[in-house]
Parts: sequence; structure tokens; C-alpha cells
Amino acid sequence: MPKVEIRSESCKSCGYCVKFCPKQVLAIGDKVNSKGYEYAKVAKPEACIGCKMCGVICPDAAIEVYK
Amino acid sequence: MEKIYARTKGIRPDVVSGFCPGCMHSTVIKLIGEVLEEMNIIDKTVAVLGIGCCGLKMEYMSYDNITSPHGRACAVATGIKRSNPDSLVYTYQGDGDFASIGLAESVSAANRGENISVIFINNGIYGMTGGQLAPTTLLGMKASTAPKGRIAEEHGYPMHMCEILNQLTAPCYLERTSCNTPQNTLKTRKAIKKAFQNQLDGKGFSMVEVVTNCPTNWGLDPLKSLEFLNEKMLTEYPLGVIRDNG
Repeated sequence: MPKVEIRSESCKSCGYCVKFCPKQVLAIGDKVNSKGYEYAKVAKPEACIGCKMCGVICPDAAIEVYK
Repeated sequence: MEKIYARTKGIRPDVVSGFCPGCMHSTVIKLIGEVLEEMNIIDKTVAVLGIGCCGLKMEYMSYDNITSPHGRACAVATGIKRSNPDSLVYTYQGDGDFASIGLAESVSAANRGENISVIFINNGIYGMTGGQLAPTTLLGMKASTAPKGRIAEEHGYPMHMCEILNQLTAPCYLERTSCNTPQNTLKTRKAIKKAFQNQLDGKGFSMVEVVTNCPTNWGLDPLKSLEFLNEKMLTEYPLGVIRDNG
């Protein structure tokens, strides 16, 4: 099953991955990283299809995708 | 389980970029890194950076770079490329650098058909210096030096650099892209790869103009800045290949 990993320290909470995920796998979380950003989290891991759109749109290279 | 999308070796592994949340500068730097890694030429690449937010890139990327005096990146790149023809030399400039202060150097380098690649970031405003009016600012768009918005009679009209350079005989490849969707981001990646390949093949001057956002100086959050980019910026700056002699 495809899997998304978020590097929480690189995330700046812009929300692009949440907007462009076709399966609403991602969401902005409620925990903050050391810079104070509420980093994105994988809310519905079972829905991931491994399309990489989140990784492509992420400005800060905070997302890695496995399949 | 195989990694199908990894952080590129073109950016440093543990550095967080200095750009604001949602800024597409970081996206373009990531794409350049991916292309260089794919073409296996990271070791022989030299980036020539303009002044402004472009300078934040030097902490973030993992290969050689030099920062030029404001606007003179194309002239510096010319020198590096001519004295070291085996290197891949590209400039990374914003609109204030490429289209305003460096207009003479940029147009001259294009007119000579210098064998360099230019990545031109057009976000319609001066970013790091504090949101001043850029040559690419849209009519009616507010800037710190145009608090009532850009007025044609007072500030002139937005400049379209791809179309301006298309008047010249020498340039090889001119394309305007954006990073507003994953699809367009992949098109930008392809355009950057083509620009670099043109240089390796000795075909001359290539430029990729990437229409991006500046959430901070536009005064919008990242997602609203995407809407502004889609509705306003891309209407003024339509995407597409302007010239392809490659």
C-alpha cells in the first residue's frame, strides 16, 4: 500500500498538499514544529494511491512517497 | 517498499529553506535540483544568483553558486561559461533583478545568444526589499511604492519578458510556465530540463519564466495567493512556449 511521509521540521503549513491531494489523505495537524508551524499530517493513510501530487506541489520538499 | 518520490540531492538534506510558507521559489529550486540529479550533472553545475529572495537559495542548494551584483547575473554567467565551457551555468533571477535593474545585461546576453540558461522568477513584486513596484507588477496591483495600485500613466505597463526577448534573433528557447498546480509544476520541470539540455547541446540562450506568487508581499495567505495567481497573474502572463528553436 502506498505511504506518504512528512518531514515535520521542513513543513511550513502552506496547505498546498491538502488542497491538491485527490483523495483527501492529508490534513493540517494540530501539533507544531520547532519553527511554530502546524505541520501537515497523514489523516487517512488507507486512502493513499501513491500519485505523488503532494510531493510535487510541496515547496519545501517535506514530503516523500513510498509505493 | 520503494521510494517513488524523494527529496532531491540538489538541495541540502537537513536544511529548511528560508522562504516564506507557500513561496514557489522553493518549488522551483527543488525542481532544478531534481533535473540536475536526473541529468547527473550536479557536480559540474554553477548557479549564478541574483539579489533579493534569490539569495536565500545559497543556503539551501547543495552545489556551487555565486551571487552577482544586482541585475548582473547574465553578465557574470557569460564570463563563467566562456572561461569554463564544460560547466552547466544557469542564472536564477527574480523580476526586479532580471527585468528591471539588469534589463541591459539580460537583453544583451539574450541578443548575443550566450550559451547559458536563465530561470526567471516572475512574482510581480520586489520580495525581499519590501514589496516595491516591479516592472512586472499588474495594473491596479498595490505595492509599497504604489499604494494606490499601479497606474499606467504614472508607472507604465507590466513588462512581458518572454515576448520582449522574442523580438531578438538569437535566443533559442523561451517558455513561460507556473507552479500553481502539480501538472504545471511538472511542466516547469520539463521546461527547465529542456533549457539545460539546450545548453549542453550548445544551442544558445534559453529562458524559462516561471510565474509564481509572493504571499507575504501580496498580503495573502498561501492558498489565497494561489487564487490571485490563477485569476490575475496568469491572465496577464499566459503560459506556453514562446519560442523553441531547439
